[in-house]
Amino acid sequence: MPTRTLHLNGEKVTVEAEDDVRLLWVIRDLLGVTGPKYGCGINVCKACTSHINGKAFNPCSVPVSDISEDDEITTIEGLADGDTLHPMQQAWIDNDVAQCGFCQPGQIMAAVAKVRQCRKEGRDVDDAAIEEIRNICRCGTYNRIREAIKAGSENM
Amino acid sequence: MAQHRVAPAPPREGLRAPVGRRKFLGYLIAAPTLVVAAELTRQEVFGTSSATAAPILSAPQPPEAYDLLDLLRDSMRPTANLIRIEVNKDGTVSFALPRSDNGQGIITSTQMIIAEEMGLDVDQVHVTLADARPELLFNQITGGSSTTFTTYTPIRVAAALAQMRLLDAAAQLMQQDVRTLTARKGLILDPLGNSLPIGDLAGPAASSVTEQVEVALKPREDFTVIGKPQGKTDARDMVTGRKCFVNDLQIPDALPTVICRAPDLNGTPDDVDNLDEVRNMPGVTDVEIVSTGVAVRAKTFGQAIDGVRALEVAWNRGTVAGEDDASILKKLKAAELPLVVPAGAVDTVEGSFTFYFKSNSSLEPNTAIADVRGNRAEIWGPMKNPVTAQNAIAKKLGIPQSNVTVHVIQGGGSFGRKLFFDAALEAAEVSQKMGKPVKLMWTRADDSRQGRVHPMATSRVRATVTEDSVLSFEQRHTSVSTDFTHGLGDAITAAGAKAPGGNLTFAESIFELTQASPYNYGVSTRLLNEVDMRFNTSSMRNVYSPDVTTAREVVTDQLANRMGRDPYEFRREFARSDRIRGVLDAVAKEGRWGRSMKKGTAQGLGIHHEYKGVTAALVEIDCRPETVNRPIREGVTGPRVTKVTFAIDAGLVINPKGLEAQMMGGINDAIALILTSSLHLTDGHFVEASWDNYFYTRQWNTPPELNIIIVESDHDEPGGAGEAGVAATAGAIANAYARAVGKVPTYFPINHLDPFPFEPKPLVPPIPESPVDGLRYTY
Repeated sequence: MPTRTLHLNGEKVTVEAEDDVRLLWVIRDLLGVTGPKYGCGINVCKACTSHINGKAFNPCSVPVSDISEDDEITTIEGLADGDTLHPMQQAWIDNDVAQCGFCQPGQIMAAVAKVRQCRKEGRDVDDAAIEEIRNICRCGTYNRIREAIKAGSENM
Repeated sequence: MAQHRVAPAPPREGLRAPVGRRKFLGYLIAAPTLVVAAELTRQEVFGTSSATAAPILSAPQPPEAYDLLDLLRDSMRPTANLIRIEVNKDGTVSFALPRSDNGQGIITSTQMIIAEEMGLDVDQVHVTLADARPELLFNQITGGSSTTFTTYTPIRVAAALAQMRLLDAAAQLMQQDVRTLTARKGLILDPLGNSLPIGDLAGPAASSVTEQVEVALKPREDFTVIGKPQGKTDARDMVTGRKCFVNDLQIPDALPTVICRAPDLNGTPDDVDNLDEVRNMPGVTDVEIVSTGVAVRAKTFGQAIDGVRALEVAWNRGTVAGEDDASILKKLKAAELPLVVPAGAVDTVEGSFTFYFKSNSSLEPNTAIADVRGNRAEIWGPMKNPVTAQNAIAKKLGIPQSNVTVHVIQGGGSFGRKLFFDAALEAAEVSQKMGKPVKLMWTRADDSRQGRVHPMATSRVRATVTEDSVLSFEQRHTSVSTDFTHGLGDAITAAGAKAPGGNLTFAESIFELTQASPYNYGVSTRLLNEVDMRFNTSSMRNVYSPDVTTAREVVTDQLANRMGRDPYEFRREFARSDRIRGVLDAVAKEGRWGRSMKKGTAQGLGIHHEYKGVTAALVEIDCRPETVNRPIREGVTGPRVTKVTFAIDAGLVINPKGLEAQMMGGINDAIALILTSSLHLTDGHFVEASWDNYFYTRQWNTPPELNIIIVESDHDEPGGAGEAGVAATAGAIANAYARAVGKVPTYFPINHLDPFPFEPKPLVPPIPESPVDGLRYTY
């Protein structure tokens, strides 16, 4: 079985996995990093949203063999700077967004990437931009997510 | 736990038990540090009795005097087992809540209740979820929006007793009159500014004997914690990925396990052609035929899913083989109970509505860990009903119930689903068969196609009217049977519900206890008939209310219309109470009822009364073609609810932030139920297999403007919150839609009969393959 080196949350880790195992399962089941959640496995619910080289992606739909050693993978566990939360995480707490919390790691990672994308494209982080985010929240926290994204983006 | 019955201590005098204040019984428990307890029932000693003595089912409107919350609480009365609060030497206070938190915020609100009574900061209180405790009998179920209502007083009694003991101990040590001492942030303070931390008092305040003690509770006017907005105390864990759901637990050797399921709903395996081939696939460790399918255990879930996809299984037909939406609707129509007033005899307003199947999937799919070895089993799962689960698992495994340990883990949403423990039962069976621990997860396709659903139902309404009055209002609700075999949280009532005819009686009771009409409509009758169709059903953020209310509210608008009245003025006039008028007025004022709206857009109203609370919603909807047809990739757009103004009078509010969050969730649920989300039954199976088929509310459906008003209430007990946001909103959306398009809908969701906006996923293999093109969609 191939041994792979991954750059995960700022650390180099090695893991043995077949080529076609999706990155989500490598991260969760083999490396024990459980922030990214399974909600559908087909890139629809977005509960596993993480970052690859700073951009949002869904590891449930990427074979581990597609990831090179140079790719920086960041899950929710790697978003904060040590004990200092990322402004988006802080905005989530300030707005008391989470209910069950299952989708929220993916929501936060999506929000951070969406704000970065808007900045790059010179767009406002407004309702229209937020409505491009496809992550499902079955508790229905969407309205507080909107408030948190707007607040968090101001401090990013 | 042994039960101690000693004579009550003599009544205490002084500040803490003023004459006229209600007193309650708590227990001091013999222990090296301070441990106090209370019965998880009401334990009032004397004083004004609460108005809960009305006989079940006899009053014309039972829910007004005695509703589901009372039933749940009173079903807990027969037991005398205790919930315990412990004061620790580190100055913290611990409590194991015999309930299940799936995002409702009851851990936070329980911390607040204890902190209030003991003068602590909220984070000085540690609340965990208790393992299954069969000795609590009925007392360990999380459902019917009952948690806060049923636990509020007992927890306060225990906390107040702990506080009394700490003050007494401090008074002795500080040599001060106890009446001069105060408590703040875990310190007991005397008037001179000296203080003692409660951790130091945990030993001195302990009791060497177990005894019953009378205690008075803190008066409401002194509250400083209850009623103040409090963020979730585990929010930091949630936003950093540290919160552990059952799938995140690292239990040694509990490897990922997935079940290959039949194409038919509840189909069962007959034979497998290639067991050994699949056993030799990469990562796969075990493959076994079990009662619900073929279980594959592997190093990763991905490899277990690959194994499931490779299996060649011959299946037996399912429980609804060959049935579809139309055939079930026909059976429901045939089972509708007759209306008393004949059609056409007098002036009538009628409505007949169909509510299609809905999936109550939470985002966390059914998941459980089981480690069954010999005649012992250890189970981990997000169970709202762990005692019934423990009994059922023991029965399935053929071992004594006392040999089954059930750990209750926080769940990733429930909405009713986790009243059942389908994954835990399967995990136990699989673990026993494989002889190894398993972490069993339903994939999304399993959850959507084979998981529990909110039953399909019809609601028929006939009202008779004169020029200015409603003489009668008959509602006949006919539903595929809702599974209440979880009972009230213990194996005895669950067995009763499983007896022939048992479930119907139970369902009828739940219906009667929850469905009050908020209107004075003359002779008003609501009857339920249920038809068992062998579906896997359960409640879904309520059992009957969203559907029953939608039917009633739509007909209410038509009654107003018939009399030439404004829908708001009409509701005001016919509302049964000032409390209802209070929330109705609040939304009408804040939401600007009657403001001018563009063609193709409209406002709509709905009201509801349940769970000791009343609610009203004023909704604005946009049904213009440019909105309905706005393009969203693999999503459903449809009419957009653009604004919701919602008001609730919930009685005493523990945490306004938490209550508001529950209402927000209920409002987003109502949008899904009325506009976008349903399951389609075709040839004995449900078509929808994931969130790109089943259209729960997404960011592009949620209202850009949302205003939730918590109306001041003088009720001194907390009502239910978990389900209270849905019904009034659902009715209001239906009415807004009808006014915007000029046509009253007769089925819900309104897009159910449209062509599928998706290509159905295959039934064999039962789980779609994970894509490999994820890197094409980065942003």
